[in-house]
Amino acid sequence: MGDHHHGPAKGLGRWLFTTNHKDIGTMYLWFSFAMFILGGFFAMVIRAELFQPGMQLVEPAFFNQMTTLHGLVMVFGAIMPSFVGLANWLIPMMIGAPDMALPRMNNWSFWILPPTFLLLASTLFMEGGAPAFGWTFYAPLSTTYAPPSVTFFIFSVHVLGLSSIMGSINIIATVMNMRAPGMTYMKMPLFVWTWLITAFLLVAVMPVLAGAVTMMLMDIHFGTSFFSAAGGGDPVLFQHVFWFFGHPEVYIIILPAFGVVSQIIPAFSRKPLFGYDSMVYATASIAFLSFIVWAHHMYTVGMPVAGELFFMYATMLIAVPTGVKVFNWVSTMWRGALSFETPMLFCLGFLVLFTIGGFTGLMLSIAPADFQYHDSYFVVAHFHYVMVAGAVFSMTAAVYFWLPKWCGKMYNETMGKTHFWISFVGFNLAFFPQHFVGLAGMPRRIPDYALQFADFNMMSSIGAFIYGASQIMFLYNVIATIVSGTPVSDEKVWDGAEGLEWTVPTPAPYHTFETPPKIDPAHAHS
Amino acid sequence: MCFEAKRLFRLALGPVLMLMSAVVMAAGAEVSQVNMRPGVTEVGKEIYDLHMIILWICTIIGVGVFGVMFYSIIYHRKSKGVVPATFHESTKVEIAWTIVPFFILIGMAVPATSTLLNIYDNDDADMDVLITGYQWKWKYEYLDENGENVTFFSNLRTPQNEIYNTESKGEHYLLEVDEPLVLPADTKVRFLVTANDVIHSWWVPDLAVKKDAIPGFINEAWTRTSQEGIYRGQCAELCGKDHGFMPIVVNVVSQGEYDEWLSGKQAEAAEIKELMAQTFTLDQLMERGKSVYDRSCLACHGANGEGGLGNAIANSAVATGDLGEHLEIGINGVPGTAMQAFGGQMNDVDMAAVITYQRNAFGNNMGDMVQPIDVYNHKKG
Repeated sequence: MGDHHHGPAKGLGRWLFTTNHKDIGTMYLWFSFAMFILGGFFAMVIRAELFQPGMQLVEPAFFNQMTTLHGLVMVFGAIMPSFVGLANWLIPMMIGAPDMALPRMNNWSFWILPPTFLLLASTLFMEGGAPAFGWTFYAPLSTTYAPPSVTFFIFSVHVLGLSSIMGSINIIATVMNMRAPGMTYMKMPLFVWTWLITAFLLVAVMPVLAGAVTMMLMDIHFGTSFFSAAGGGDPVLFQHVFWFFGHPEVYIIILPAFGVVSQIIPAFSRKPLFGYDSMVYATASIAFLSFIVWAHHMYTVGMPVAGELFFMYATMLIAVPTGVKVFNWVSTMWRGALSFETPMLFCLGFLVLFTIGGFTGLMLSIAPADFQYHDSYFVVAHFHYVMVAGAVFSMTAAVYFWLPKWCGKMYNETMGKTHFWISFVGFNLAFFPQHFVGLAGMPRRIPDYALQFADFNMMSSIGAFIYGASQIMFLYNVIATIVSGTPVSDEKVWDGAEGLEWTVPTPAPYHTFETPPKIDPAHAHS
Repeated sequence: MCFEAKRLFRLALGPVLMLMSAVVMAAGAEVSQVNMRPGVTEVGKEIYDLHMIILWICTIIGVGVFGVMFYSIIYHRKSKGVVPATFHESTKVEIAWTIVPFFILIGMAVPATSTLLNIYDNDDADMDVLITGYQWKWKYEYLDENGENVTFFSNLRTPQNEIYNTESKGEHYLLEVDEPLVLPADTKVRFLVTANDVIHSWWVPDLAVKKDAIPGFINEAWTRTSQEGIYRGQCAELCGKDHGFMPIVVNVVSQGEYDEWLSGKQAEAAEIKELMAQTFTLDQLMERGKSVYDRSCLACHGANGEGGLGNAIANSAVATGDLGEHLEIGINGVPGTAMQAFGGQMNDVDMAAVITYQRNAFGNNMGDMVQPIDVYNHKKG
């Protein structure tokens, strides 16, 4: 361990005042896991109510609060912070930097999150209940017709945006300024590339979200009419503004996941990534396209046909760079020497299920067909294939992949593989049947449904319970590893792993790369 | 080979089990449906064909991609002692897998564009129906050139007892209404879609019509079918507490039956007009008021006026206070709250009856009553 410099401070102060990227990364990861459990608990309430037709456990108004909070907590509390945590841990180690560029801001961008989610969760106990207008909070349901707690929701969103923007600025500053000498942009690991692009997306769209909620605030409390037709405003304006944020947002979630998969698949294929350059260009293309496709979420609002056609063609185009990525991963595996440790299993799960989610995404992009798919369970199935099997599976893979590096101990491989298979079966059981009920006409966000949807909903609930329960095994495995895992001291941990983070000792010392590493100029990229 | 087969089996087990159970479910219960319905309109069939074409293209690409992947998984394993190749990057291959999908997309975009233009062809309709979404019901208004519009509300008919599991559920649980939209067959019907409060969305899968109902704006959609029958749908945009409880039922009948139905509705409207000039006894108002209450007030104010999303009516300051104020709230609602203005959606007879009912039921015992003329006068100011 460190032959010079101090280690971490002692006690609670270490965590409260830390400016160390590894500590902050760790806090982000634990926080996001706690939110994953909370959001998962909301999902379990939803699936329990939908287990059978009829109202059994909760009232419709509370059901709507559950769907709303489930979405908000999972998107803003679980998935986004988890990838920020990963970025904190890995980006400095991957580019040979001693820490993030702005360590004090780093501390703050994390520590404003927990109180914000406490505030958001506390709306459940307020008079009128928590926000019940869906995570997309369309006006005027979220303005004129919202419960009083909406003001607290607006404040939460503002602070979350602040945290994301600070985190992104930090990542951009770090990647642009702190790369080790010789680490040119086209030598950066793909995870760093995808996060750099993601950070630009975040800086571009979080202010738009802040604008949307500020307009809501004005409509609710200060008598403006941005989203009220009665005062000359337009409810559809809200949707345009929201989705101008919302569509890049889904790529903000998935691009770092692409980065993770692009690190792990080559490692367990023991073969370099097939097309590094084209992966970078594909990521940038997806990011660009994400700004000009937002209204494909709004095909049924009554846009002029020319607008519909533009958004349909632009959306279909996204299939091209996304296809490039999938083909690249598959070609990387081709004629490699594959092995199937837990991180690789989760990446393969990602590859298959994300591709299915991509296919349904292509189907949804077809405007005329979307008149039948829109706001049905088909959409719910689609975005859970990309959000859960895409983002969450890759995040899980990342934890298994880098955990031994972080704590110097190996997780239980059998339990990891079991976790994968139970997750895989549970996930598909939960979400595959939702394609069927959606196509058969079941709208989303309903607390009760017609009898012809009963069988598939019951399957879906059982699958969701299985998937939910499998996360307890994940938690146990991670804790058991940290507490009593088999020690590993090999710097590389995995024989196929490439990159600077695998050149530091295992476990990674508190301070790494205080002197920049030498980058072999002949080496193409890590 | 045996070893590989076992591995393959294990890898494929998850999805196969899932598909098998889906098929079993679908075969076992005839009502379980796994695919989009072509529906009963030309547009619906076009959309269905489009959906199937793209589904097949995706399936074929998927089989190709996953085929290559599974081949690698089976044959390119470290445990078989293979030495990994080192190749990467091939401009030719990369250009190919960028260009080929692009052409496939163009192939999809052509039929999609033509179907979309068809969906947007709202011209030359034979009749117009104005659809207005309310929390949580639909209003249908048949626009008539002579101004003799036929208007009615369509509410969920499923009893609360079925929803709360104290009675067994009927065949059309949650998809049944007190008064369906009646349309003639073989007629191009244009829908003008709007909303009174929040955004709703009018969706009937068999007609392949889904259009958002947006307060302050009017959207257009259309349908035409030659197949008589009853088609059911639901509100598709989250619109608050009872979003799941505002179904749509469309009854397509022959032109003759439609004309008969329409003149029946017109006669009914004339009758209401006549009733509006009458004076009722307390008992008559109470009887009518109860049915109006159950239909329009119960969802928020509770079966016994105990309140819920809305305030309690039993023993409330409004229902036991000044009659004029009570009437004002019923007619014009309370702005900024979920209490809507019912003056526009309830005829004066029903309004008089339900206000009277609220003042004399649930333990309220005001003894006063409202006549239709009072409602009329209040509206006039």
